[in-house]
Amino acid sequence: MNNSHHKESVLQRLGYLASKNPLSLISLSLFGLYVFVAVTASYWIPFDPLKSNTSIALQAPNLMHWFGTDHLGRDVFSRVMIATRLDLGIAFSAVAISFVIGTALGSMAAYFGGWYERIICRVGDIVLAFPLFVLAMGIVAVMGNSLINVIYATAIINIPFYIRIARAEVSLQRDRQYVQAALLSGNSHLRTLSYHIFPNCLPNLVVQISTNMGWAILNAAGLSFIGLGVRPPAAEWGILVAEGADYIISGQWWLVLFPGFILMLAVFSFNLLGDTLRDLVDPQKRT
Amino acid sequence: MQKSNTPLLSINNLAIDFETRSGTVRAVKDVSFTLNKGEILALVGESGSGKSVTAYSILNLLDKNGSLAEGEIIYHGMPLHKADQQMLNDVRGREIAMIFQNPMSTLNPIRKVGEHLSDMLRTHGYPSWSNIEAETEKLLHQVEIFDVQRVKNAYPFELSGGMCQRVMIALALACRSRVLIADEPTTGLDVTTQKSIMDLINNLVKEEGLAVILITHDLSLASQYCDKFVVMEKGQIVEQNTRDKFFRESSHPYTKKLLLATPARSQSVAELTAQAPTYLELAEPIIPEQPLITVTGLRKVYGETKATWLPFKKTSNPFIAVAGSDFSIFPGECVGLVGGSGSGKSTTTRMLTRLEDPSAGQIIFDGIDITEISSHAFIRHPLRKEIQMVFQDPTGSLNPRHCVFDLIAEPLLRLGPKINKQDLQLKVHTLANQVGLPLDFINRLPHQLSGGQKARVGIARAVALAPKLLILDEPTSALDVSVQATVLQLLEKLRRELGLSYLFVSHDLHVVKMLSQRILVMKEGEIVEQGRTAEVMNHPVHDYTKSLMEAIPIETEYA
Repeated sequence: MNNSHHKESVLQRLGYLASKNPLSLISLSLFGLYVFVAVTASYWIPFDPLKSNTSIALQAPNLMHWFGTDHLGRDVFSRVMIATRLDLGIAFSAVAISFVIGTALGSMAAYFGGWYERIICRVGDIVLAFPLFVLAMGIVAVMGNSLINVIYATAIINIPFYIRIARAEVSLQRDRQYVQAALLSGNSHLRTLSYHIFPNCLPNLVVQISTNMGWAILNAAGLSFIGLGVRPPAAEWGILVAEGADYIISGQWWLVLFPGFILMLAVFSFNLLGDTLRDLVDPQKRT
Repeated sequence: MQKSNTPLLSINNLAIDFETRSGTVRAVKDVSFTLNKGEILALVGESGSGKSVTAYSILNLLDKNGSLAEGEIIYHGMPLHKADQQMLNDVRGREIAMIFQNPMSTLNPIRKVGEHLSDMLRTHGYPSWSNIEAETEKLLHQVEIFDVQRVKNAYPFELSGGMCQRVMIALALACRSRVLIADEPTTGLDVTTQKSIMDLINNLVKEEGLAVILITHDLSLASQYCDKFVVMEKGQIVEQNTRDKFFRESSHPYTKKLLLATPARSQSVAELTAQAPTYLELAEPIIPEQPLITVTGLRKVYGETKATWLPFKKTSNPFIAVAGSDFSIFPGECVGLVGGSGSGKSTTTRMLTRLEDPSAGQIIFDGIDITEISSHAFIRHPLRKEIQMVFQDPTGSLNPRHCVFDLIAEPLLRLGPKINKQDLQLKVHTLANQVGLPLDFINRLPHQLSGGQKARVGIARAVALAPKLLILDEPTSALDVSVQATVLQLLEKLRRELGLSYLFVSHDLHVVKMLSQRILVMKEGEIVEQGRTAEVMNHPVHDYTKSLMEAIPIETEYA
């Protein structure tokens, strides 16, 4: 403990966490793999995901087509891989929007109290009173059936969760003495909140971000499964599952299984990642 | 019947190991002592000395990674060190009971006091079910609670800390326990409450023949009540003696250091360490005629007119935290502010630091009425840097994400004149030197520092801009006595060097006595007495001041 007071880089920290906890290692490598696929898939997928060739339609998985082909003869492997970018993109942007708006509102509610708090919290409660998936469907239906609206809808239904967590965390931190010390050192209220209090709330917020990510992917896939948002022929996990669902009865299991499994694995890895991220941003865990 | 010469509890060559990530650590070794009936044994030492671990091992209450490595614990002929769960359950509570430091959190918050007591009686096989009620009331009487009906039906949060500790003692007595292990039972309680709790324990010892192990760091408290002293340092016993011998003949350097550092035994801050501090060469600052800060009619009332959601109904349940106080502080002077918990001390400091707006009254600082500036606007006011504060909790007052350098640099960057990187570094290093903080620690995070080091960071940050008024809110209450001694000397040094004025808030009269020239005594929001330290201490006028003076532990027999 004595000589290790140089500042650790994030990568060193991640390496340490991964070596300490096998679950961290698994979740980090899965996450890394997904990001890698999302970024580079367009360069190495074996077939054009949109090109149809009915002569090889509905082939079972084989050496040529690892995940088989669909009813138009498109390669399922290429389609599943290329869909990663779209799905992660929707999830990242939706979570980013709801995180920024939700935590800003929630921390202000807790810090300034009074009417801010009442209004913000009640509005959040109203949103939560709806069945959230139905609300998202409604938002997309009203605002128009487009990709960007799916992102907005997913963001809106997630905001109340961030408001609640940020509010709870900030009201815990607000009464600690370092906040008074920060005010005495000449920090304005807004700066105290954003520079001193907020970073100390991060450990619990990143857990929410991570699980929320998985949830947002599911939500986007769910919306496109019922025909909202992303539309065929674009490749997206929800659409792939929806298309494959028609063929389960006739025995073409690979159309549902592979996109479904990749989707499940993505959600699983995000859920696992939460604890690792919390350890990453928590200074108390540093020795 | 037991023979009187065999001890009730004896511990022989005890050693305790802890499994940690970096291997096995022996926390306690070669600890032996005995406890007789009707005796109070003080287990004294600073934090980390192994005193709590030793006491917890008696009932096998160690953490999961701790284990008894060697030695024996014999209670009443029973070998507790190899007791099975069944036997331990029988002994815990029924034969040996424990009370802890924070009584409020040791009682289950959703159960009433009466339920706690009747539970205890039932689990330890109280023979008659029908008169458990009566037995409960008898127990509460025994711990000198006379308001039995109310307390019995109260939840722990409805009671004060002192009351909760009495209930804890009643729980310990419920099954006629013969040994009571008290782990800092009065830390965090007011002096007057502390005295009543300790008197209660003392009476039980004298009347019922209870044997008590008192774990404490407060030597003056121990000296007043304990018969036998066991001093621990770094997991080992360094000295073991009866009271008389302990104070007269103790020879071990560690014991000497502890005794010196105990505020009750010294007249001035300089006497707290064996080596005379260097600041004595500096002259006592000359106090001018003109006060630095004058407070008149300062008042704070909470919840005065609180509107409810019903438009026509207003609740008015005002709570007067500070009821109009008048005092002044002169440049270069240290003024002590003394009072029990809830007396309005903290509210006063918050108003003086302008973190909170007063309901009425004036604070004239250097000729300017700073109450006219709202607390919101005061953040940007040039006087902001003249009033700084050192907080009570050295851990809680440091942002856990900022390293020492950032913490000390913060006020310089926010409030000081524009400064370049090299000058800033130089300035922070000078400050760290001034408070005696080694420069290797400059990149550490707060949780990598000890309590004393954290306190030093807090002080360095507060004096960074050389404020004219420094408010010290119990800056040493969380520290060990020897650390407290060095921190107090540091404060005294800074006062003489920089000519700072202090408002020293504390409940420890010994500390206040040494550091301050004048004393303010607060009770229920009012300043009931103020005057020169010696006068107030020696000839208190107000009844509350008198009771405070009586409650502080003094070594009667030693002197």
